[in-house]
Amino acid sequence: MGKNDPLITGQRILDSFFPIVKGGTAAIPGGFGTGKTVTQHQIAKWANADLVVYIGCGERGNEITEVLQEFPNLIDPRNGRPLMERTVIIANTSNMQVAARDASIYTGITIAEYYRDMGLDVALMADSTSRWAEAMREISGRLNEMPAQEGYPAYLSSRLAEFYERAGRARSLSGQEGSVTVIGAVSPPGGDFSEPVTQLTKQFTSVFWALDKNLASARHFPSINWLNSYSEYIDAVAAWWQAQTGIHWRSLRAKAMDLLTEQDHLNQIVHLVGPDALPDEQRLTLLTASLLTQGFLQQSALDDVDTYASPAKQIGMLDLILKFHDRAMNIIKLGAISAAIQNLPIVRRLLVMKNEISNAGLDQFAVLETDLNQQMDELEARYT
Amino acid sequence: MMGNKLLGGKEVLGINRLEGPLLVVEGVGLAAYDEIVEVRGSDGQVRLGKVLEVSEETAVVEVFSGTSGLSVDATTVRFTGKTMEIPVSEEMLGRVFNSLAEPIDGLPQPIAEKYADINGQVINPTARVYPEEYLQTGISAIDVMNTLVVGQKLPVFSGAGLPHDRLVAQIVRQAKIGRPFNGDGNVIAERPEKFSIIFASMGVKHDVAAFFREEFSRSGALGRVAMFLNMADDPAIERLLTPRAALTLAEFLAFEKGHDVLVVLLDMTNYCEALRQISNKRGEVPARKGFPGYMYSDLASLYERTGRTKGSRGSITQLPALTMPNDDITHPVPDLTGYITEGQIVLGRSLFQQDVYPPISVLPSLSRLMKDGIGNEKTRADHPHLASQLYAAYAHVQDLRSLAAVIGEDELAVLDQRYLKFGQAFERRFLNQAYNEERSLERSMQIGWELLGYLPREELIRLSPEELDRYYQENHDPA
Repeated sequence: MGKNDPLITGQRILDSFFPIVKGGTAAIPGGFGTGKTVTQHQIAKWANADLVVYIGCGERGNEITEVLQEFPNLIDPRNGRPLMERTVIIANTSNMQVAARDASIYTGITIAEYYRDMGLDVALMADSTSRWAEAMREISGRLNEMPAQEGYPAYLSSRLAEFYERAGRARSLSGQEGSVTVIGAVSPPGGDFSEPVTQLTKQFTSVFWALDKNLASARHFPSINWLNSYSEYIDAVAAWWQAQTGIHWRSLRAKAMDLLTEQDHLNQIVHLVGPDALPDEQRLTLLTASLLTQGFLQQSALDDVDTYASPAKQIGMLDLILKFHDRAMNIIKLGAISAAIQNLPIVRRLLVMKNEISNAGLDQFAVLETDLNQQMDELEARYT
Repeated sequence: MMGNKLLGGKEVLGINRLEGPLLVVEGVGLAAYDEIVEVRGSDGQVRLGKVLEVSEETAVVEVFSGTSGLSVDATTVRFTGKTMEIPVSEEMLGRVFNSLAEPIDGLPQPIAEKYADINGQVINPTARVYPEEYLQTGISAIDVMNTLVVGQKLPVFSGAGLPHDRLVAQIVRQAKIGRPFNGDGNVIAERPEKFSIIFASMGVKHDVAAFFREEFSRSGALGRVAMFLNMADDPAIERLLTPRAALTLAEFLAFEKGHDVLVVLLDMTNYCEALRQISNKRGEVPARKGFPGYMYSDLASLYERTGRTKGSRGSITQLPALTMPNDDITHPVPDLTGYITEGQIVLGRSLFQQDVYPPISVLPSLSRLMKDGIGNEKTRADHPHLASQLYAAYAHVQDLRSLAAVIGEDELAVLDQRYLKFGQAFERRFLNQAYNEERSLERSMQIGWELLGYLPREELIRLSPEELDRYYQENHDPA
């Protein structure tokens, strides 16, 4: 096992765009209703960790009940056993005592370390660390300590640092190697990322999955904003992708990110002058970018096929969308208009392949690619 | 345990000092935190209070109905040795109470079946039953897009002047439980036999309380309603007790008597302001906008008293309403509420100005438990996809409207113009409905499908081909 293996979650935007390594740290900040809990649940279900510790810190009672009811019925695809067997839940609902809320975080991470020392890869999810910080604030207030920013105690940053620094890989005395990956949800008041807990958490974590209210209200889930999020592990996991899939993931990702950045830029122009003012090349860029956002990044946790995408499926989809872009761009350079591309039947196929191609049916990609080339060839023939 | 007994029953004559609603009593080392005390002034009138702080020799007591008329020398304080309890019984339905659960309708105190602590008990998550039973409100924007589930807490985020009172009253009047269709497509949802409504008002105007009373009596529900009223001119401290008393009765009815209880809490913003007022008097360090740092925990201690439990047929569904100061959804009250509740129904000012009732802004609204309460065998198989498609299309309309505002509607592509027509019809026909109109889910979904007919089939990627074959009918020339 390599040192820089990614924690595969089956969530395309996480694995393909903002990956986390085993033993790494990540933060998921987002206002209410942006999907923090669903994202955390998805990771708890599908992550390729040996053990998952889920800390419900000051959260809703019904959500914990949902996990308790759902997980025993879900089967871990890697060993065919119920998912509950590899899950430890620390349940502290929002109406329990604050002192217990403060303790729940430490209880969880101590359990995670215990299993790490057995040589296991442990993924720990804390939902939500803001409630923990608020518990500190409440206790600190009762102790009449001098408040720092927004009433939080001055030692908030060292407590957060101490917590996130407990993540990492370790070799136990018996020579086994295990890891603890820490993924902390943050609930910033009013969804404002400039508040102390989000800012301090950013300092101590290496991956930032920024949830976006606008995406959430358009029901684009997971509502992780691809322009504001980042991962410091991209170089670290590139070799793994290359070895696993044989495709140069690093350059595919860079190309897709370019298209998405360009989309943002073009959308600003479109909002000023309308889409008709754009040249056909740029309109194609918008089309491909929307294939990426709707057909790739958007992923339904409720759809049986779409809920988990294997790394091979992820890279197959990404590869196909970018191949589509390259072929189409060549045809447009020959003089085709973007509407001709838009009306090709393959566009809709690419939009729905996330639901139609299962992890077991990856040979469908070859069929789709043949169709893609055939339709492109026909169109190209008209302009040469 | 000699020497460790509480003061239970002990009475102290004379107090040390009075500060606003607080009084400080000395020489009572064994008073308990949150203990209830009876305070008797020289006029002989008994007021209730609660111990807020205890130290070795002094106890700080908060008097619920205020301290005016009390003097330092002639006041007696009796420590009861108990936290606050109220009498509860099924007889309380059909009656009106104050925050301390004392009747204020001129009738005698109902006979108590038991006394219950108003702070309730935390429900262990393993003892809960996950809520997934459909609750029909007869309102399209809720039933189709933000479905309410029995045992859910779903607040209404409103603004000053917006018709949340009417919306809440309409939901209460129309609420039905169960599958909306059976195999033949017939409606089978209905009110369960033991369906009760608990109405708690915190700091509302007298005419609002009168409106609800009238509504309940008009729909013949008055016998199933227990009202706990704290009006705008009642003491702020009592406001902190109102929802707790109401929820205590709700828990008794739901978990011991098997009722399906709908709890209306109106208006949570007033409650939070009372919390701030008391916190300020106690000299606590404020967090955001002067509200205390523990407001999240405090609100959670109310909202979490919702749901279903194993071993009981009953349920508690909460419909709190709050007004967002200055329509600001990031204000601490809606913000912290949204973090605890299972979604929110947001009312929008611009829809209201366009005379759309109920003016529900569907994009920021959300029901978290909807996913498990709808679909095949619960409502109808196409329900989740239909809702998702309507959301996506209406979200796109918002983008196009801002574009049309710049370049003009005529400059938009034909497809975009069809979207705009869809958007308008969505607001006029789907969201808009009469205050007395109860739409079945089938009817609401039918309207949804008709509206999707304004859009070409290729645009509807969130629906399956089979669903499109069965329900979709293209409408090329929408009126």
